[in-house]
Amino acid sequence: MPVITYREAIRHALDEELARDENVVIMGEEVAQYDGAYKVTQGLWKKWGDKRVVDTPISEAGFIGMGIGASMLGVRPVMELMFWSFAYVAWDQMINNAATIRYMSGGKINCPIVIRGPANGGTNVGATHSHTPENFIANTPGLKVVCPATPYDAKGLMKAAIRDNDPVYVMENTVLYGETGEVPDEEYVIPIGVADVKREGSDISLIAHGRAVITCLKAAEILAEEHGIDCEVVDLRSIRPLDEETIIESVRKTNRALCVEENKPFCGVGAQIASLIQDRCFDDLDGPVGRISAVDAPAIYSPPLEKLQLPYPEQVVQKVLAMV
Amino acid sequence: MKPSVADPEHHIDPTDFAQAEINKSLSPETKIRLLRDMIRIRRFEETAGKHYNAGKMGGFLHRYDGQESIAVGCASLMGAHDHMITAYRNHGHALSVGMSMEECMAELFGRATGCSKGKGGSMHFFAPDKNYWGGHGIVGGQSPLGAGLAYYVKYKGLKGSCMCFMGDGAVNQGAYHESLNLAGLFDLPVIYVIENNGYSMGTSQARSSVYKNCLAYRADGYDIVWDLINGWDLYEVRAKMQIAVKRAHEESRPTVVEINTYRHYGHSVADSKAKVYRAEDEIERFKQHHDPIQLWRNRLMEEGVITEAVYQELDKAAKAEAVASVDFAEASAYPEFEDITKDVYFEVDEFTEAGRTGRHFFND
Ligand SMILES: Cc1ncc(C[n+]2csc(CCOP(=O)(O)OP(=O)(O)O)c2C)c(N)n1
Ligand SMILES: [Mg+2]
Repeated sequence: MPVITYREAIRHALDEELARDENVVIMGEEVAQYDGAYKVTQGLWKKWGDKRVVDTPISEAGFIGMGIGASMLGVRPVMELMFWSFAYVAWDQMINNAATIRYMSGGKINCPIVIRGPANGGTNVGATHSHTPENFIANTPGLKVVCPATPYDAKGLMKAAIRDNDPVYVMENTVLYGETGEVPDEEYVIPIGVADVKREGSDISLIAHGRAVITCLKAAEILAEEHGIDCEVVDLRSIRPLDEETIIESVRKTNRALCVEENKPFCGVGAQIASLIQDRCFDDLDGPVGRISAVDAPAIYSPPLEKLQLPYPEQVVQKVLAMV
Repeated sequence: MKPSVADPEHHIDPTDFAQAEINKSLSPETKIRLLRDMIRIRRFEETAGKHYNAGKMGGFLHRYDGQESIAVGCASLMGAHDHMITAYRNHGHALSVGMSMEECMAELFGRATGCSKGKGGSMHFFAPDKNYWGGHGIVGGQSPLGAGLAYYVKYKGLKGSCMCFMGDGAVNQGAYHESLNLAGLFDLPVIYVIENNGYSMGTSQARSSVYKNCLAYRADGYDIVWDLINGWDLYEVRAKMQIAVKRAHEESRPTVVEINTYRHYGHSVADSKAKVYRAEDEIERFKQHHDPIQLWRNRLMEEGVITEAVYQELDKAAKAEAVASVDFAEASAYPEFEDITKDVYFEVDEFTEAGRTGRHFFND
């Protein structure tokens, strides 16, 4: 199977969907002539031209809102936010308009838009550029949010997002763009709302999304090799819709759960999962559900400190050792 | 179309800005200080760039080389109640208002001795004691803040202003347009300074904006006076900006000025297409013929204010200062882990009563 980067996997998804559906339009700052700030859209403008791949001014509220409006008539815009942090400029469009138009019209209007881009800390770009709003989005009925951790998932989820008739917000990660993984040549789509057990185990369930999945897999290796602890790693992939059954099944097997995320703790994704587990697996648990999140403060710039602000494998190892 | 400078009441000869009152009154020492300040920015940025490339810093580094006359010229007009705020390309402004190279370099190195204790990084320098309010990473995000700083000045009945800087790409943010309306409606003494270097990242002005005449002319629709300035002439920057400052001080009215300039390097140090979206000869032309430092140096030589030796002396000193600032940064400690959750809430840091009720932080 070909091994490609996370970045290429997303690009292939965009390219294939541009070919499949003439209504798909890629839009965002520097996505066309510059090939994308992070080179996700590299070559697409050259291949598809001005009509399908569109550079926008720095007007997030304007162009995201325009995309939402166009989607109401059937354009399928795939909007790039250079950083998800810039979504806050367009928040009204994304939360008020995209999420509620179907509801308020009594189901008469759909909004098949994709908004995608990197949402992560860890690159020392400071507090204004390091936001991870997946919990905010998941808090908003009407919106879907997915956070792929691997090239395979990134491609399959992106294709599903573009075909979905509801707004799907895809959160990528600049740290993962260069990571590689196996991605088949054959067409595939990963349904949104299906978690993936990235590693099977029997002692504890590590439940994560995005880059935290990679952190958990590294921790699981250390725990297996050095401590003989067998972790199961559940990759949520999609935050909303949430695959509750996979989580429950895993916890019923391992009887322990640790939620790991790069988001902040308060009302983070882990809080929702912990609530689910206590509700559905109370009698299966051998101990309280654990959580690891980013250190609860705006993202610090200082490189060695920011490294410690986000979950890292050794931290997961220590937490697991304290739990089992 | 009537730019504000054309108004005869200002007594400005647009063929010789050196003759404007604000420039005629400059002492030779001050002229040399302006030169020194520009050179210091250039050497600071060069030194920072070198160490960024050596992997000593994280994140982005947006260099100001080529635009120095704007920050230096504008800062030279600031009095006790004049404030400054800008975007992420902010090292020049920081040094212009008197922040030290040491605190700025240490910030880039992520050290606790940095101006923001290593918390803000390259895009987020602040010095409220010098009326300098940042350093903002979100394009256009500072424009309402600029209106707000001016609001304070007016609210307190002070003779002051806020100079709010932004790029040519930022003029397309809604927040900027809302700010213009507010500034005009509330008679705010704010001066929006568009540093037009022709590009927003890899996008030329023509590909990002539609406009009549120039970007500043959009202010006309808000009944706000505007002006257009050649940024490479320090005399012109000062002469025309002074009109805006006076308008703020005396009439409490906003102004929009657009200052033409050019950045010598890429958008940030990591700009994969810096030499693709701008032709090499365009970059060379601006470096050769529109470098504000060289033009000011030549001007001062013509005026007999400096000799080549004086210039070399200033340059040597600036280089040495930049190198020393790196030594300072490298000798400084990083913040402590506990510092991550400091400076989040005033009440918690100060251990006030309000800071002691309820839980503020949610890690174990
Ligand atoms: C809201 C927002 N959108 C996008 C960006 C990414 N970005 C940073 S600088 C920049 C270009 C801005 O160009 P301009 O305003 O001309 O300023 P210059 O860099 O030329 O000084 C872009 C798109 C951002 N920081 N904030
Ligand atoms: Mg610009």
